[in-house]
Amino acid sequence: MDDLYRENIIDHYRHPRNKGHLDHPDIRYHDVNPFCGDEITIELKLDGDRIVEAAFDGKGCAISQASASMLTEEVIGKTLDEVKAMSKDDILEMLGIPIGPVRMKCALLALKVLKAGVWGLEEWPE
Amino acid sequence: MSVMTATLPPAAAVRSVADIRRDFPILAREVHGRPLTYLDNTASSQKPIQVIEAMNRYYREMHANVHRGVHFLSETATAAYENARLRVARFINAPHPKQIIFTRNTTESLNLVAYSWGRAHLKPGDEVLITEMEHHSNIVPWQLVCEMTGATLRYVPITATGELDFEALPRLLTERTKVFAFTAMSNVLGTINPVAELVAQAHAVGAIAVVDGAQSVPHLATDVQALDVDFLAFSSHKMLGPTGIGVLYGRRSLLEAMPPFLGGGDMIREVKMSGSRWNELPYKFEAGTPAIAEAIGLAAAIEYLEGLGMDWVGAHERELTTYAWNRLHEVEGLRILGPEPARRGGLLAFVLGDIHPHDVAAILDQDGIAVRAGHHCAQPIHDHFGLVATTRASFYIYNTPEEIDRLVLGLYKAKALFDL
Repeated sequence: MDDLYRENIIDHYRHPRNKGHLDHPDIRYHDVNPFCGDEITIELKLDGDRIVEAAFDGKGCAISQASASMLTEEVIGKTLDEVKAMSKDDILEMLGIPIGPVRMKCALLALKVLKAGVWGLEEWPE
Repeated sequence: MSVMTATLPPAAAVRSVADIRRDFPILAREVHGRPLTYLDNTASSQKPIQVIEAMNRYYREMHANVHRGVHFLSETATAAYENARLRVARFINAPHPKQIIFTRNTTESLNLVAYSWGRAHLKPGDEVLITEMEHHSNIVPWQLVCEMTGATLRYVPITATGELDFEALPRLLTERTKVFAFTAMSNVLGTINPVAELVAQAHAVGAIAVVDGAQSVPHLATDVQALDVDFLAFSSHKMLGPTGIGVLYGRRSLLEAMPPFLGGGDMIREVKMSGSRWNELPYKFEAGTPAIAEAIGLAAAIEYLEGLGMDWVGAHERELTTYAWNRLHEVEGLRILGPEPARRGGLLAFVLGDIHPHDVAAILDQDGIAVRAGHHCAQPIHDHFGLVATTRASFYIYNTPEEIDRLVLGLYKAKALFDL
């Protein structure tokens, strides 16, 4: 267990980074994971196509919220194209914990929200 | 009074829980290097070797399609399948085995009533009354059928202690009510509802009473005649039997007047190109090849439960639930939903501070403890209490106080990890 709930996960969950909202974000996207009710909103501020500020808000399990907190730290300074190229493996590496199939949706919700926002989607395509 | 016979316990009460556990092969396994602590019985129970063997023997020695076959195996399989129906009928004291319809599960049984009875009888202006503590399977079919027929769906609210609001009932249950569908035992709150009383109130206004027995039938002795229910739905897999088979008990006059639910083989008397005539009960409602091995497995499960005695089953669970209620209340920051042990079944849904139930369950899982986390297919209850999800521990015949101690230790571990 101590694997899944490693100190950095609990730390990001208990003391989330970049939690809240930005004034006049350039990009904003929100989605939920209906399976467990996890909710994440991500907001980005751009300078050209580079992310200069990122914030998230949400509620849910430690995995989903820690993942969002870490991801906001990760993307500041990245270009939109770099975000578009991010994969599931990048998130798993970032979290550094073994994620089973059941919790995968929790771990990846933040990335799904981020990418949908960056691609300019109105709604996640089914 | 003879000392020998004064308090003779039922046959099974002399069996220890340790002895019962030996009948369940899965309970001997380890999970993540720890002994399995299975506390997810409300979702599904484990199976004793007697059930596994009965199904195994059926496939090894008896299998053929049932009904109409004239060869030996088909007759053997038919006899075993129909014998299972007889056993189910006796278990719930149904007047006749014809009134036992095999379905896939409780959900399908409730859908059968909603679609077949509901579509034939409901019209605009009619009301269907359900409760706020229903499982989605006793909500959604009624929502659908109300949409189709123009009837109105109403809900009996629940109180702060998670019981039905009986004061609100008289204004909701009126001559407009055509169906009162409710659970006998909530799968989240544990609340045991007064079925006979509710059925009588439904009948007093001319409504039929549909009872979701998914949680009650596996744990409490059930007598459909004493309760006077019109329909009772339950599942095999929550009462030691296999998945894939459930039961709908129905009042004979109602079943006979109802149109079929699904069409196909087995459910017809005569098929002409211009139309068909329906088979007699219960076959009218059993289209296609049924779950034969599963029916036989269910019969073996019932035999097992009868061997223990449902009174013993109930008493064992009450004891465990009281113990768990007390032990969980020792954990600071833990809040249990629903009424006190005397008025509930063997399940406890709770929240632990602000730790998300999925995290609680994942931490417990690492110690081999299986509990459920989520909305348990009962979102309206969670909305009522302003929660997204709860963690739920639930008990059955093979659970022990030591397992509850393990659960409590796991909860302390979760608290420590989350600095709660």
